[in-house]
Amino acid sequence: MPVQGDVVNTIAAFALFADLTGPQLEEMAHVLDEAWFQDGERVVRQGFRGAGVFVILEGSAAIRVNGVDRATLHAGDYFGEISCLLGEEPVADIVAAGRLRCLVLPGQQVETFLTAHPRVMFRLLQGEARKLRNTTRWLS
Amino acid sequence: MAELADLPHPPGRYPLVVVGSGPGGLQVSYALRRLGVEHAVLSEDDAPGGMFRRWPVFQRMLSWTKPFTPFEHRTREYERYDWNSLVADEAEHRALMPALMDGSSYFPSRPEMERGLASFASRTGIQVRYGCRWESTLREGSDFVLRTSDGDFQAPVVVFAVGVAQPWKPPTPGLADVPHYGQFKPVESYADRRIFIVGKQNSGFEIASGLLPWARQIVLASPSPTRLSVNTHSLVGVRARYVQPYEDHVLAGGVVVLDASIEAVERAGEGFRVLTQSAGEGGRRLAFEVDEVIAATGFTTPLRDLPDLGVATFGQSRLPAQTPYWESATVPGVYFAGTATQGFAGLRKHGIPSNSGAVQGHRYNACVLARHLAETRFARRLPRPRLRPEGIVPFLLGELTRGPELWHQRAYLARVVSLDPDRGVLDEGVLPLAHFVDAAGPDAVAVTLESNGKDDLYPVAYVRRSGQVGEVEPMPPHPLHEFEGEEYVRALTGALAPIVSPTLSRL
Repeated sequence: MPVQGDVVNTIAAFALFADLTGPQLEEMAHVLDEAWFQDGERVVRQGFRGAGVFVILEGSAAIRVNGVDRATLHAGDYFGEISCLLGEEPVADIVAAGRLRCLVLPGQQVETFLTAHPRVMFRLLQGEARKLRNTTRWLS
Repeated sequence: MAELADLPHPPGRYPLVVVGSGPGGLQVSYALRRLGVEHAVLSEDDAPGGMFRRWPVFQRMLSWTKPFTPFEHRTREYERYDWNSLVADEAEHRALMPALMDGSSYFPSRPEMERGLASFASRTGIQVRYGCRWESTLREGSDFVLRTSDGDFQAPVVVFAVGVAQPWKPPTPGLADVPHYGQFKPVESYADRRIFIVGKQNSGFEIASGLLPWARQIVLASPSPTRLSVNTHSLVGVRARYVQPYEDHVLAGGVVVLDASIEAVERAGEGFRVLTQSAGEGGRRLAFEVDEVIAATGFTTPLRDLPDLGVATFGQSRLPAQTPYWESATVPGVYFAGTATQGFAGLRKHGIPSNSGAVQGHRYNACVLARHLAETRFARRLPRPRLRPEGIVPFLLGELTRGPELWHQRAYLARVVSLDPDRGVLDEGVLPLAHFVDAAGPDAVAVTLESNGKDDLYPVAYVRRSGQVGEVEPMPPHPLHEFEGEEYVRALTGALAPIVSPTLSRL
């Protein structure tokens, strides 16, 4: 059922959802809420409890640690997963750079969601592996 | 019938215009008038009530008004138990709903709800230009011009309280030809029929509940699994009132609740064939032969041409994107009241949304918005009661225990006290929590109640010190929700120490 057809079409191109069938993409569009942020608005707040995992549909966001921008995220990127997986407060602000549209998965649903969707979990794990590899390269 | 000239608010220029006469429009108009902000109210309806003049289909609200509680009806504290009355400063205008209900249920009927809103409008003297349809919108300098069926209204500030009640159907092949929730026929006409309901939110389950004594078979289907409010500890999910079809499903009693994508709806003889595909392993396909299909697929915000003016919207409900004070995030001067205020989601802590989609939530948004407009747009300086430093903790714990704004708008609205060496300790009133945590300001504390989706609700404090806001370790829940005991006094006193002590030393 093409509910939120633009969302389904958009996420079909994202690496995180690359293995999903049409009905599974429809399910994603139903399960994940859509959120909209204006330029400069904080999406995730450093040190605040109860954030979620966000997948960027459109726009960009800055990773800001103690007030300093460290990197920029774009459509298809996701953030917030580390604090949700570890049950800890985020260690960075994520700030909308221009208008930003995201899908959101609340933190307490992450475990149930990932175990119910192992292909998404695998893709997310690949993403985490890339981040770890890049950090290792940067440190060395 | 009144002549056009006798109607209030003739076309012309006003400092502010409110569009809508549902609970959102009435509440914001009431609050603006209390603050002395001149404005006009327009409504295309011919009487107050908004969507409650038509829906819900099965005639009873999902929101309760409890007649017997520990608090007198005409007190602010009673609002925690009365989700349906609009709120007022004067005791005689508070809690109008319980007196209008016949006592057969603590969920008011739709006509009772409609009477409650009409009674509030008439008692408080809210003037609405009824039968005046907003048709289009223009910009003229810094003003907005609303073209209406009665002529042009011009204002630099417009508050749209137009609800989120425009039926919406996804572009599934064939779904355009079946009735929406809002076109439900008299229930007797579904006797001994096979009914397929597209959608598993409250509206779908409401219809299914009403059909249980009539339908031969009921299928409820949508791609994502059903969630129940009793499991989410919030208003997310199907409310307990409508859970009976779900029990029939799990006990194999003739109701099918299916997690599947609806691929197409086809005509089949006198009835329909509905093709579905599961999102699960193997993607099982099923075809249902049914007599009726009903699309309980949601509603959108009737914004007319506002998107052409630059008002950004998002999500299936096409909610307008907003700031923490419910101003369009993209067109300054355009504000929202009522259910459309869901368009500012707040902090979304633990995934729990605000209650802005319901009267018990958005009635407080309207009061906060009116104060904000009065101060920022009309140069009013509203009083901030002064507190004694030793009174801060008891005051805030009292608000956490009995303040209706915090009970109904958790992690969304907060009670704020500022500590300024020049101005002293001031009760800043109820503010959007997102504004508090992201805006600059003097040392201050904001308290709110929060839910995490699994435990009882609990109090949380946010402390702003030297411009930086931090979340304090949440206070524990209390089985009776009484947050004034020694444990809470200790916790909040400790949280405030970093800002109270330095301020006191400089006062």
